[in-house]
Amino acid sequence: MSVDRRSVADKKLTVQGHAQLLVVGAGAAGLAAAIEGARRGLSVVLLDENPVPFETMGESVPLHFGGRVGGVARNRNAMMEAMLESAPDLATAFELGVDVRLGTACWGLYVNGANLGWMPAPLAGLADEEGGTHLVSFERAIVATGRRDMGLAFPGWEQPGVMGATAAVQLATRYGALEGTRAVVLGTTAEALLAALTLQARGITVAAVIEQATAPVGPADLVADLRKSGIELRCGEVVRAVDTDLNGVCGVATRSGPLACDLVVLGIGAVPMVDLLDAAGCELAFHAARGGYTPMLDAAGRTSVDIIQAVGDCAGIWPAKSRDAAIAEAEARQAVAAAAAALGMAGEARPPAPPPGDAPPAEAPYDISAYRQDWVRASVIEATGEPYICQCEEVTACEILDVRPPRYLDWQGADHRRRNLATLLGEEPPNPDQIKRLTRAGMGPCQGRRCREQVQALLALQAAVPLGAVPLAGYRAPVRPLPLKAAAPQAEDAAFGEQWDSWFGMPRQWVPFWDVEDDYTVAGLAVEKPHASE
Amino acid sequence: MPANDLTQPDGARGASVVVVGGGVTGLSAAWWLARAGVDVVVIEKGIVGWEASGRNGGGCSHHHSPLFAEEQRLWPLMDEMLGHPTEFQANRVRIALNEKQLALYSRAVVNARHQGFCIDEIDAKQVRELVPLAGDNVLAGHFYHFGGHANPHRTVQAFAWALQDLGGRVMQHTTVTGFTREGGKVIAVETDKGRFGCDHLVLAAGPQTGRLAAMLDVDIPLKVARAEMIVTEALPLMPIGGVDGNGLYGRQTLRGNLAYGGGPHEWVETEELPGGARPSTPLMQNIAKRVAELLPLAGHARIIRSWAGLIENTPDGRPVIDRAEGWDNLTVATLSGVGFGLSPASGRAIQQLVTDGACSFADLSTLRLRRFAHLEPDWAALQGWQSLAMAT
Repeated sequence: MSVDRRSVADKKLTVQGHAQLLVVGAGAAGLAAAIEGARRGLSVVLLDENPVPFETMGESVPLHFGGRVGGVARNRNAMMEAMLESAPDLATAFELGVDVRLGTACWGLYVNGANLGWMPAPLAGLADEEGGTHLVSFERAIVATGRRDMGLAFPGWEQPGVMGATAAVQLATRYGALEGTRAVVLGTTAEALLAALTLQARGITVAAVIEQATAPVGPADLVADLRKSGIELRCGEVVRAVDTDLNGVCGVATRSGPLACDLVVLGIGAVPMVDLLDAAGCELAFHAARGGYTPMLDAAGRTSVDIIQAVGDCAGIWPAKSRDAAIAEAEARQAVAAAAAALGMAGEARPPAPPPGDAPPAEAPYDISAYRQDWVRASVIEATGEPYICQCEEVTACEILDVRPPRYLDWQGADHRRRNLATLLGEEPPNPDQIKRLTRAGMGPCQGRRCREQVQALLALQAAVPLGAVPLAGYRAPVRPLPLKAAAPQAEDAAFGEQWDSWFGMPRQWVPFWDVEDDYTVAGLAVEKPHASE
Repeated sequence: MPANDLTQPDGARGASVVVVGGGVTGLSAAWWLARAGVDVVVIEKGIVGWEASGRNGGGCSHHHSPLFAEEQRLWPLMDEMLGHPTEFQANRVRIALNEKQLALYSRAVVNARHQGFCIDEIDAKQVRELVPLAGDNVLAGHFYHFGGHANPHRTVQAFAWALQDLGGRVMQHTTVTGFTREGGKVIAVETDKGRFGCDHLVLAAGPQTGRLAAMLDVDIPLKVARAEMIVTEALPLMPIGGVDGNGLYGRQTLRGNLAYGGGPHEWVETEELPGGARPSTPLMQNIAKRVAELLPLAGHARIIRSWAGLIENTPDGRPVIDRAEGWDNLTVATLSGVGFGLSPASGRAIQQLVTDGACSFADLSTLRLRRFAHLEPDWAALQGWQSLAMAT
C-alpha cells in the first residue's frame, strides 16, 4: 500500500525522556503521588511550573497575582529555595529517586484516541526555565494542578492590588513575596475565610471580609474564628469602586463607606485548575459539590482518558479538603495504587485509610451556582460604569450579552442591536466558546483564566439557567503561553522539512481549472502537471 | 403534501429548500437562496461554523478555481451585502525563504495573469517594508493585487444572521436521521427534532456529506483528515495582514494575532456519529518553528492556542458542486477542504444550480461528480489516504 508522504504517517516526533508515572504539580497531592509511586518502584517524573518566572507572574500566569509580586521574586535562586523550604516532602521525593523538575511547566498532554493516532506514545509537552520545550513520553499521568480563583469584575479591578486568594496565599506563605500590608477579602467561602486568616497570621492586616449575600456561606467555625480574630465581616456589600495611587489600589468604596487597603483578594470561588485535563480530552462535568467543572472520575481517580488520573484540588474542591491536605494526599496514594496495578507493579503496600471528609458532601454546603451568579449580578451587572469582564480583550458584560463585534472593528452596522444572546441561541443554553469567538471575551493572553467563570455566570444569568447548564469554555494547548521561538522543537526529524507543504500536497488540487482532465483516476496521476502550492 | 406544511410543530416546519449543514458553504447557499426569494431552512447538528468553517486560515485567494473571479468580485462587497462584519481585508503577501519556495509560489503568478489578475514580484526589502515582522532571511516575495483574508467565525455568523434577516431559518442542534423519498424526489428530511418537508434538498455537510449522500444512494468519494493551526497573542498591526509563505497559510488578524497552519495532516476515519474529538498534537511545535522563521521579529510572541479541524477531501482535492444524477431535486456540495474563501461564490453557484439548474457565472464542469466515474474502487489505499490504525 502506498503512503501519503505529506501526511504524518512517516514523521517522527523527537521525544526526550520517559516516565512510567508522570506527576504534574508538586503541591500536597502531587508530592504524595510522586513519593508513593517511587515507593512502589515506579520511575517517576514530578513536574511543577513553580517557581514561575517573575515576568510570567507579572502577567498573572498561572494565578491571578494582580501585580503584587514583590521584588524578591526576581531572584530565582531565592524563589527556588523558598519553594524547597515550604515543601519538605520535595526533599523526600529527591531522596527516593523521583526526577523532580521545578520551574518546568506542562503545556499539553497528548494521548492517541479518537481522530488522533500518529504519536509513538502518550506524550507531555514541557517548557523549562531555560526557555526550551521538549516532549517526554509517559505510561500513566497523574494530574495534580491544583486550583485558581474565579475573577470578579468591578470598576477598577484591573488595577494592581486586585488578586486571587490562592495567589495571595501562595505569595505570602510560600515565597514571602506578597507586596501589600492591608487586605480586603471578597467572599465568605471556606477558601476565602482560610485566606483571610492565613494572611492575618502572616502579618497582613485584613481590613474586612466582604460578602454580597446577607450571611456568610463558609463553615460556621471558620466564621467564628474570623470574628474572634477581630476581622470585620460586612455582608450585603460589594466593591463599588477602587481608589488608586501610583502603586495601584489604595482603597475600596463600599456602600457602607470606604476602606483603606492595598490588596483586594478575590475569594468568591476556588476553581479546580482543569486546563490541562480539558485540553487533553478528559471528559469534564459541572460538579457543584466539587467547586465547578471537574473531570469525570472513577473510584480510582481515572478520567475518561484511561491513563490520565486527577487528584487534589483539580479533581474537586470542598471545605473539608481545603482545610486538611491529608484528604488530597489520600486521593493521590489511591490513584497511584491504581496506576501501579495497571502497570503490573501493585507492590505490597496498601494505601492507608483515608481521613474523614475524604469525599465531597452529597450536596455542596451552599448553592455555588446561585452564589457565583449573585456575585456577578451584584458586582458586574449592577456596577456603575461598565468594567471589562475580559481584561485582555477589553470586553464588558453588555458587549457580551449583545454579542457586539469587538471595538477594534468600529462596526457601525445598522442593525447589530437586534442581535443578542437570545437571537443567537434559539432554545439551547448559551455556549461560551461561540460567544468568545464573536465578542473575543476570553481570547487574550491570560487564556481566559480571569474571565472564564464570570462569563459562565453572566450567560447563565441571562439565560436563567443554573451555572452547570452553561458549557465550559474550552481550554487548548498550550495551556501556558509559549513563545514561538521557545516552542520550536530542539530537534526535528528531517522528514518534516522534506515533505512540508502548506496544505495537503495533492497533485491535482491546485491545477488551474482550465488544465484539468475530465476524468480523475489515481492511474492518471502518472502524468505530472505543474501546480501551485496554496 | 406541500413542503411548508403548517401542521408541523412550528420549529420543524419544512421549507421550499432544506440545506443540511450549517457550515460556511451551506449558510452561503441558504443566504443566496433567501436573496432569490426562496423559503429556506438550514439544519445544523451543532452550532453554525463549529467545524472546519470556523477553524481555518481565512484566506480568500483561490486562483486555481473556476469560482475565483466571482470570489474576488464578491469579497469586497460582503460586509455591506450581509450587513454584518466579516473582517475581510484585501491583498496578500507571500514570502519565499528559499529558491524552492519561490519556484513553487511563482506558479500562482501564471494562474492569476491567465485570468487577468495581477501579482507583483517584490524583493526582500519591499517584503520587509510591507511585513515589518519579516527578517533578513527573506529571499523574495509576491504581492497579490487581489485576494485577502477574513475572520472565519465572524463570517459564518454574518451569513447566518443575514439569512435570518431575510426570513430564512437556522435550526441548530438538529441532527439528520434520514430522508423521505418519493420516486425521484426527496420530499422530507427526518431529524431528531421532527420532519422537514422540502421541494429541494441541498447537502453541504462537510465531513458528513458522504455518509448523508450514501443514504440517498449517491456515492461521493471522500476521506477525512485532521489539520492543525496555532495562534499567538496580538502584536501591533502590520501594513498588511494577509501574509504567509514558508510552507504556511494564515494571516495576522485585525486584532493583531498571528494565526497559522500547515504541514502534515493525519487521515482519520469518518465519524459515524458527528461531534467527536478534534485533538491538536505536538505538531504545534513544528508549525511554531516555521512561523518564527517566516516572521523572526515575532519570535517572542507567545502561542496562546492551537486547534485542529476535520476536513473532508475528494480524491483529487477539488470541490463537488453538482445536481445529483438520478434525483430531480438534490444538489450536493463539498468544497474539499478549501471552502471558506470560496464561500461567497460557492453559495451563489449552489443557489443557481437549485433555482436555475445551471450556474451562469462560472463553468462548473470540473466540479462534477461524474469525474469520478472511472475512479479505482481502492483509490484511498492507492493514495495512502488511510488512518494509521487502518494502515497497520
